[in-house]
Amino acid sequence: MTDAAANTPRKKSSIYATDANTKKRNAREARFRAFGLTAIGIGIAALVFLVVSIVGNGYNAFRQTYITIPVELAEQRLDPAGNRDPAEMARVTTFGYAPLLAQALQQHLQAEGIPMDGVNPRDLMAMISQEAPAQVRAMVLANPEIVGQTITLEMLAGGRIDGYFKNRVTLESAERDSNVSPAQLMLAEAMAAAGIIDTRFNWRFITGPDASGQRPEAAGLGVAILGSLYMMLVVLVLALPIGVAASIYLEEFAPQNRFTDIIEVNISNLAAVPSIVFGILGLAIFINFAGLPQSAPIVGGLVLTLMTLPTIIIATRAALRAVPPSIRDAALGLGASKMQAVFHHVLPLAMPGILTGTIIGLAQALGETAPLLLIGMVAFVREFPDAPPEGLFDPTSALPVQVFNWTQRSDPAFVERASGATIVLLVFLVCMNLLAVMLRRRFERRW
Amino acid sequence: MNDMRVVDRAVDAQDLKIDAKNVDVFYGTTHAIKGVNVEIQDKTVTAFIGPSGCGKSTFLRCLNRMNDTIDICRVTGDIRLEGEDIYHAKVDPVQLRAKVGMVFQKPNPFPKSIYDNVAYGPRIHGLAGNKADLDEIVEKSLKRAALWNEVKDRLDAPGTGLSGGQQQRLCIARAVATGPEVLLMDEPCSALDPIATAQVEELIDELRSRFSVVIVTHSMQQAARVSQKTAFFHLGELVEYDDTTQIFTNPKDPRTESYITGRIG
Amino acid sequence: MPLIWIIAIVLALGAIGYVLGRQRAMASAGGDIRVLHSLPSYYGTNVSLFSIVPALLVLVIWLMVQPQIIQRQVVEMIPDTVATTSGELSLVMSDVRRVANGLDQAVDQGVLTANEAGTISTDETNIRETLGGIGVALGRDVSADVLQAAQRYRELSGNGNLAMAGVVIVLSLLGFGYAYARTQRDFRARNTVEKAIMSILILASTIAILTTVGIVLSMVLETMDFFELYDWREFFFGTEWIPSFEGGSDLGLLPLLWGTLYITIVALIVAVPVGLFSAIYLAEYAGPKLRSIAKPLIEVLAGIPTIVYGLFALITVGPMLRDYFAEPLGLGTSSSSVATAGIVMGIMLIPFVSSLSDDIINAVPQSLRDGSYGLGATQSETIKQVILPAALPGIVGAILLAASRAIGETMIVVMGAGAAARLSLNPFEAMTTVTVKIVGQLTGDTDFSSPEALVAFALGLTLFALTLCLNVLALYIVRKYREQYE
Repeated sequence: MTDAAANTPRKKSSIYATDANTKKRNAREARFRAFGLTAIGIGIAALVFLVVSIVGNGYNAFRQTYITIPVELAEQRLDPAGNRDPAEMARVTTFGYAPLLAQALQQHLQAEGIPMDGVNPRDLMAMISQEAPAQVRAMVLANPEIVGQTITLEMLAGGRIDGYFKNRVTLESAERDSNVSPAQLMLAEAMAAAGIIDTRFNWRFITGPDASGQRPEAAGLGVAILGSLYMMLVVLVLALPIGVAASIYLEEFAPQNRFTDIIEVNISNLAAVPSIVFGILGLAIFINFAGLPQSAPIVGGLVLTLMTLPTIIIATRAALRAVPPSIRDAALGLGASKMQAVFHHVLPLAMPGILTGTIIGLAQALGETAPLLLIGMVAFVREFPDAPPEGLFDPTSALPVQVFNWTQRSDPAFVERASGATIVLLVFLVCMNLLAVMLRRRFERRW
Repeated sequence: MNDMRVVDRAVDAQDLKIDAKNVDVFYGTTHAIKGVNVEIQDKTVTAFIGPSGCGKSTFLRCLNRMNDTIDICRVTGDIRLEGEDIYHAKVDPVQLRAKVGMVFQKPNPFPKSIYDNVAYGPRIHGLAGNKADLDEIVEKSLKRAALWNEVKDRLDAPGTGLSGGQQQRLCIARAVATGPEVLLMDEPCSALDPIATAQVEELIDELRSRFSVVIVTHSMQQAARVSQKTAFFHLGELVEYDDTTQIFTNPKDPRTESYITGRIG
Repeated sequence: MPLIWIIAIVLALGAIGYVLGRQRAMASAGGDIRVLHSLPSYYGTNVSLFSIVPALLVLVIWLMVQPQIIQRQVVEMIPDTVATTSGELSLVMSDVRRVANGLDQAVDQGVLTANEAGTISTDETNIRETLGGIGVALGRDVSADVLQAAQRYRELSGNGNLAMAGVVIVLSLLGFGYAYARTQRDFRARNTVEKAIMSILILASTIAILTTVGIVLSMVLETMDFFELYDWREFFFGTEWIPSFEGGSDLGLLPLLWGTLYITIVALIVAVPVGLFSAIYLAEYAGPKLRSIAKPLIEVLAGIPTIVYGLFALITVGPMLRDYFAEPLGLGTSSSSVATAGIVMGIMLIPFVSSLSDDIINAVPQSLRDGSYGLGATQSETIKQVILPAALPGIVGAILLAASRAIGETMIVVMGAGAAARLSLNPFEAMTTVTVKIVGQLTGDTDFSSPEALVAFALGLTLFALTLCLNVLALYIVRKYREQYE
């Protein structure tokens, strides 16, 4: 080592003085940190923006505008024969009821002394939802005795009037809108002042069935929620036992061989297969081949089961693996068979983990949309399905599909409905995830 | 068997390099180092010995502020490098660590080529103006670490492909390449076989001619073989600090005696 | 006999079997449980399993096979003049099934007697009206051929169902008898039961294989049909996508593939830097407080269903991009665009990239970090020059997985990207993807013999193959990377 120059310590420098190079490096360090913070900021901002946008658009779906007026259910119109026979009264269609309501509204407005400037009777009728006559008809047919009486009815206001009270429709926008005139809105304002129109919580949105594209004000989520519930039931009943059985075999009994390898590879690949491919599977196998009905929760449930299985299997295996071998050894040492050791000791200890994984799998399945589109769940369904098991074969909708369905309709009021449905969906998901977190906290065990 | 060498080396005591006074270290609520005072001299090998968990590694990591990277660690007291307080607010630990290099227990070459491993320090500190300078620094450092002859034909091979002893010497070369004044070594031989250990020990002895070397070791024989000064730590306290010869032949504290005779530790 | 009754009877036999088997075992041991080979409940379970499992297995197989056999027999009765193509044939067959089911329902509801239903003819009664009265809607009037086929269908399936009920119940009884006869104190009931449970476990784990086989088969068969109707070269190399239901469609894959890849690239441009930088910051810089807040918040993005992202794209991001970028820049007037779908999908992928990268960055051993800090490197230098290069293979794997997600994503593109197939570079123009077209071609009333519907299966197969390759590659890289540090 003759040349000492390269390795002699650099010229004496105080460590108090930061040299230029270090300054530059520290600036780079600060920049890098800032990038990191920005990235986190972007992620969180995106989340906040998304939630605010959905909630902002959707919270109005939970309020609805109603018109409350006394209506005389005139006998000569509703029951010309006068015998209160529902079969005969059913001949009077909703078109027979509509003028009755319009008339009642007109009379009531006159009685209250509210001027109807520029609103002809036809426009007045348009302020009441098209759904209202059907509701009154159903009420009358269910209880024919009320015909001839004057009763106070609570009717849905039309979609545009509803929109006016939710600031979706304004006087300016009404100028350009062929479905509503500013005069109608002024009248609505006056009616609201007189207490005829009011806006309140909208239970129908959560419990009622869907309505056609012209009546956004009447559209509800009842069928969709029930359909989703049925599917979750199918998924839970099928995926949990099958998933747990498969995991127990793979984790506790499976020998190291070709067959096991094939299963493992299959499970990890299925976990990453696009969901729409499962939809194609459902369409080809369950509907075209096995002949199960379209739009039925049973088919949706089967497809979602196949999708959820890998999630449940992966979670269950992790939970089984977390049970220390000493527990198995202890049971085996007492003369239990391997099967007894697993079912009596390992499985109960792994149960919280398995349930957590199952809930998370269910939450995923609840939000899944694409495969359901392919098995016909987009269809317009108004009837509630029967109770299971027959109901599993009735056509229904599902929450996420209902959201999609509503976005495809032209009336802008459906944007509010779709966002409202999304809020309901998100509330369900939050509840399920909280349950999973609580389970994990409550039963978390450190070995 | 090493008495000859110990006596031989005790002579070249030099200027004061690091002066630590009343150093306390806390990990959360644990009091890991309790009021330690040590003076470390230039061009000397100083060994820290003591049973596991006695705080010798923790103290070593205070000397180049490596403990800063641990969130819950808090250091108080006064540590001076050539009279300058290394915990002073104006001190940039990055600059400090270029002056006080460190070699770790387990060889930890980066998953890069041998050349890039050694060139890493000079590159980040901007020590080389051009490629030729860098080549020179790499070559000198590898020679200084007694590794040049073994790797000069495969500088582009990954550093992780070397044997354990070679990897540790590569790490030493990497530390030497930044041109430090002090080299801290945290049990540099504990993961090595006896032959590799002997090579590294020989290397440490050579490094003494240019650097102040501080070595933490588990093995009393190693301390006796390579060091001129020895500090004995026990339960976070510095029990005894003296010439190596003194410590091993005539310890003042009964705890030191118990340790070197194998009764504690 | 309704299915539910058959199942109920079999299950009831199982329950009785459990009680009797247990009693017999106890009796054979003279009430002393210690002389039994297994616990008494195992003897009961054994009888129960023998009564239920074979019977239900046969039931399931029968249910799958019977419709096929009946179908084949009935199809022969339909004259060639009525149905010339396979599409027409399947329509006629569905009419036959509807008429047959309708007649059964009519008997159930008492509209027709069983006898009337058997002898009903097209001359005397308007069957369409009769069935319409009980809620079975038919698309057209019932011809004599169809009615005849429907009657045959009823007869065959009636016989079949009766035979099925008989066979299943007899089998259940046989199983019961066999297991009951074998029940005595030296019988190794536990081993038998455990073997049975083991086979159930194995059966459950083969479902993963069956699913894959089902996916591949369902798509391959239909894709082969498609390629008989449509040239495969034109599908894979065609640059036009103009389906028309009168025939003569152009069904080229390339514009769809381009839309898919373009959107995926935009999504990755959003997700990779944001995801990677947040992962780095959370793993290397953030204090425990920030980490405990920011990490779950970012992970919430992963739990949001894609339909919600789709809605976000449709009502918020799309119009915003159009009003603030596309229109002022004169680049387009559409709110659905590559940029809309890509950005929203990018947001969806942020947590995916960040949590995978987080795992990978944390897998880099601390000793490498120490080594770098010990040489006086700053944290960012350590990250850029030591940690990222070491973690690179894993991160590449994570990005590939994210890309595979993006390619297979459906709802965001259905709602945010548009439906027009085009080969364009303008990110503010509406384009379409493979998944959008799968949904488009398969929803609504589809005739499964037309190339316009069958193309969806070819698209599905392409998608499956593409994502499978990406996944396998990504998993391979990630696994290799993990081994490196284990």
